[in-house]
Amino acid sequence: MNFDDTPEEAAFRAEVRAWLAANAQPRRGREDKFGAGLDKPQYLAAAKAWQARKAAAGYAAIVMPKEMGGFGGTPAQQIVYNQEEAKFLTPDRVFEVSLGTALPTVAMWGTPAQKVKYLASAFRGEHIWCQLFSEPSAGSDLGNLRTRAARDGDGWVINGQKVWTSNADIADYGILLARTDWDQPKSKGLTMFILDMKAPGVEVRPIRQASDEYHFSEVFFSDVRIADADRLGPENDGWKVMMSALMKERFSLGENFSGDLYAQLIGLAKQVVWGERPALEDPRVRAGIAETYLAQFGVELIVRRGMSAISRGQSPGPEMSAVKLIGARAFQTGGALAIELGGAEGLVAAEALGAQWRLPQLLWLAAPGARIAGGTDEIQKNTIAERVLGLPGELRTDRDVPFRALEG
Amino acid sequence: MNFDFSEDQRRLQAEVRRVLADYSTSPNVRAVLEGRTLYCAETWRQLAALGALGVALPEAQGGVGLGLLELCLVAEEAGRALAAVPLLSSVYLAAEALRRAGSPAQQALWLPRLASGEVIGTAALAAAAHRISTAPPPCRVGDALTGTLHALPDGMAAEICVVLAGGELALVELNGPGVTRQALSSLDPSRPLARIEFAAAPATWLPGDGAATARAVTLGAATLLAFEQIGGAEAALYMARDYVLQRRAFGRVVGGFQAVKHKLADIYTKLELARAHAYFAAWALASDAPELPRAAAAARVAATAAYTLAAEEGLHLHGGIGFTWEMDCHLHLRRARWLGQIIGNEHLWRDALATALIEEAA
Ligand SMILES: Cc1cc2nc3c(=O)[nH]c(=O)nc-3n(C[C@H](O)[C@H](O)[C@H](O)COP(=O)(O)OP(=O)(O)OC[C@H]3O[C@@H](n4cnc5c(N)ncnc54)[C@H](O)[C@@H]3O)c2cc1C
Repeated sequence: MNFDDTPEEAAFRAEVRAWLAANAQPRRGREDKFGAGLDKPQYLAAAKAWQARKAAAGYAAIVMPKEMGGFGGTPAQQIVYNQEEAKFLTPDRVFEVSLGTALPTVAMWGTPAQKVKYLASAFRGEHIWCQLFSEPSAGSDLGNLRTRAARDGDGWVINGQKVWTSNADIADYGILLARTDWDQPKSKGLTMFILDMKAPGVEVRPIRQASDEYHFSEVFFSDVRIADADRLGPENDGWKVMMSALMKERFSLGENFSGDLYAQLIGLAKQVVWGERPALEDPRVRAGIAETYLAQFGVELIVRRGMSAISRGQSPGPEMSAVKLIGARAFQTGGALAIELGGAEGLVAAEALGAQWRLPQLLWLAAPGARIAGGTDEIQKNTIAERVLGLPGELRTDRDVPFRALEG
Repeated sequence: MNFDFSEDQRRLQAEVRRVLADYSTSPNVRAVLEGRTLYCAETWRQLAALGALGVALPEAQGGVGLGLLELCLVAEEAGRALAAVPLLSSVYLAAEALRRAGSPAQQALWLPRLASGEVIGTAALAAAAHRISTAPPPCRVGDALTGTLHALPDGMAAEICVVLAGGELALVELNGPGVTRQALSSLDPSRPLARIEFAAAPATWLPGDGAATARAVTLGAATLLAFEQIGGAEAALYMARDYVLQRRAFGRVVGGFQAVKHKLADIYTKLELARAHAYFAAWALASDAPELPRAAAAARVAATAAYTLAAEEGLHLHGGIGFTWEMDCHLHLRRARWLGQIIGNEHLWRDALATALIEEAA
C-alpha cells in the first residue's frame, strides 16, 4: 500500500509539470478560473485551443492506445496528470462528455474507419461530443425511448426527440440511442449511432436550468439521415453499447465529486461571526466540515482504489455508484452549510457577497442536478442492491413484451 | 501508487479468517457474552499460534516482524468474527505502547509474552475526555500510582496495565499489591469491563513523553478499531442480505422490496466510504505519515457510522426473530456500540477530525 510515484511515474510527473508550467496559467486561488471575462463563444474558442495544445503534447487521452490517437499510458499516469493539471487553470465542462464517455465508447465499439475518422480530431478539441440518450418518456426507464431509426437504403432515417442533452448546443457530434426494432422487448430493439449535430433536420433548443444556466437542451430530429457506416456497434445491441458508456461515465464522474469544499468551509467559517465568536468554533459547524471532508476525500479515495484495481487489470464495477451517491449529496449539504453560515446575509449572491462564496453557491445550485444526472440516487441504490448485493430486480410488467404492445 | 493491500497481506488475512471461522463461533462468543469466561481462550491461542498477536512486533521481541498493515487485516477479521478476545487492550494498546516507548527492560520482559498471548495487557491512555464518575484519575505518588480507572477493557483478564498519569506512562502489574479490581457488566458482555483502584500500586515508568506516546498509540488504535468495525459491518450487512433473500412476505422475498434494497444499499455505501478512509489511515499509520491525525479520526468516524447503521438496520431487517437472544443480530448491535465509544465516542473524534483539518488548512 503506497501513494508514492514509481520512478516512471515520478519522471512522468516531472514532464507533465514542466509542460503545464510552460503552457498554462497556474491557479493562484480557489476563485481563479479559466477564461474569466470571456463570453461563451470566446470561452469555447479558448477551451478548444487549450485542448489542441494538450493533445499535441499527448495528454488529451492518456489511457487511450497510441494507434487511436491517445498516449498509450496507464491509469496511474492519468491520475498523475489530473493531479498536476488541477494546479492550473483549465476549462471545465466543455470536454467532459466527449472525453469521459462518448469517445471511450467509440473507441470500444467503433469500426477501424470510425476510430480514424472521429477520435483524434475530438481529442484535439476540434469536435465536441454529447450523449443523446434521455427522452421525455425515457429517463430512469431509458428502455422506454421512442426515437425511431428506420432503415432506408444503406442508411437510416431518424425521427423523434431527446431531452436534457448536456452540451448539445455546442456539440458537433453525439452518440444517439434510437429504436430500430419495435417488435422486440423495450431494451432489445435499440441501436447506437453517431450523429452529426449539424446534419439537416437536427434542431437544438437550449433549456434554462433551475440553476439559471444553459447546459442542457432538447434535441429534435425530423428525417435526419445517418449512413450505416455511422452505426456504432451491432444493430439492436444498442443497450449494451449504452451500458458501457454509462460505466465509463460513472467512473469519470468520480473525480468531479471530490474536491475541497471542506477547506473552503473552514475559510468561510473563520470569517463569519456567530454570536461573539467565529462560526468555526461552533461544534455543529465543525461537525459539518468533518462530514464534508469524509464525503469528498472519501470519494477521492474510492476512486483511487478503483484506479489501483484497474492497474491490476481488474475492472471497478457498479460499486462506483457509491461515489455518485456520496459526492452529489455532499455538494448539497456542504454547499447548504456554507450558505447557512451567514443567516440572512448568506442569502446574498456571491457577486455582491464576495468571490469566496461563489463556489459553494454554485455547488449548492448544481447539486440537485448532480443527484439526477447519470442515474438518480434511487437508480444508483437499485444498482448497488441488485448488481453488488445480489438482491432481486424491481417488479416489472414490461420485460418480455414487444415494445409495440407497450405503447399508449 | 497502489492503494490496496498486497497479495501476501491478503493471503495472511484469508488465513486469519479461516481460523476465526473455526474458533470464534457463535457458541464460543456467547460463552463470554454469558459470563462463563473472560474471553475466548481457544480463539486467543489460535491467533497467537498464527502469529497474529505479534504480527507488528519485531522478531527480536517475539513478534513476527511484519507490520501494522498486517495487524489492520487481523483486526478486520476479528471484527467480522465478533472475536471475544482482548485484541484492543493487549495488542493495539498495551503492546503498541511498549513497542513505541517501553524501556529495553520493559520490552524484553513483556513484549514476547504479549506476542505469545501468554500475558494479556490493557491500557488507559485517554485523559478521560468524557466522565460520569468523579473519583480522581490515577496520578503518580513517588514511584507508585494512586487513583481510579473506570470501565477498563479486559481489566479482569489482564496482568499488566499501561496508564497515562499526568503526562507520563506507568506500567502496573495488576496482580500486584495496591490494586483492587471489580468486574463490571458491560452493554456488550462479550467484551468485559472492570473498575480498577490503585492505592500506591508499584509502577515502573516508561521513558519519554508519555502524552505523545499515548496520542500516537490512540491514533493507531482508532485505525485498528476502524478495521474491526468495517469487518463487523460487512458481516452484519451480508447476514441481513442473506436473510432478506430467503424470508418471504406478500408472495415474494422481502429482499425484493425497494425500501429494503435501498436500506442495504445505504449500508453498503457507508461501508465503502469507511473502508476507503480505513485504508488511508492504515497507510498513514504504517508509513508514519503527517496525515495520521486526520486519517485516523476520519476512519474512526466513518467506521463507527457504518457499523452502527449496519448493526441497527441489520437487526431491523430480520424482523421479530432479529430481536431474539438466539439470533446473532444483537451481538453486532452490542459490539458496534462498544467499539464505537471504547476509545472516545464518535462526536469527540469528529471534532478531532475538524481540528486536524483546521490545523492543516492554517
Ligand atoms: C444536469 C443534467 C444533465 C443531464 N445530461 C444528460 C445527457 O447529457 N444526456 C442524456 O441522455 N441525459 C442527460 N440527463 C438526463 C438524466 O439522465 C435523467 O434526467 C435521469 O436519468 C432521470 O430521468 P428522468 O429525468 O426522466 O426522471 P424520472 O425517471 O422520471 O424520475 C423521476 C423520479 O422518480 C424516481 N424513480 C424513477 N424510477 C425509479 C425506480 N425504479 N425506483 C425508485 N425511484 C424511481 C427517480 O429517482 C426520480 O426521483 C441529464 C440530467 C440532468 C439533471
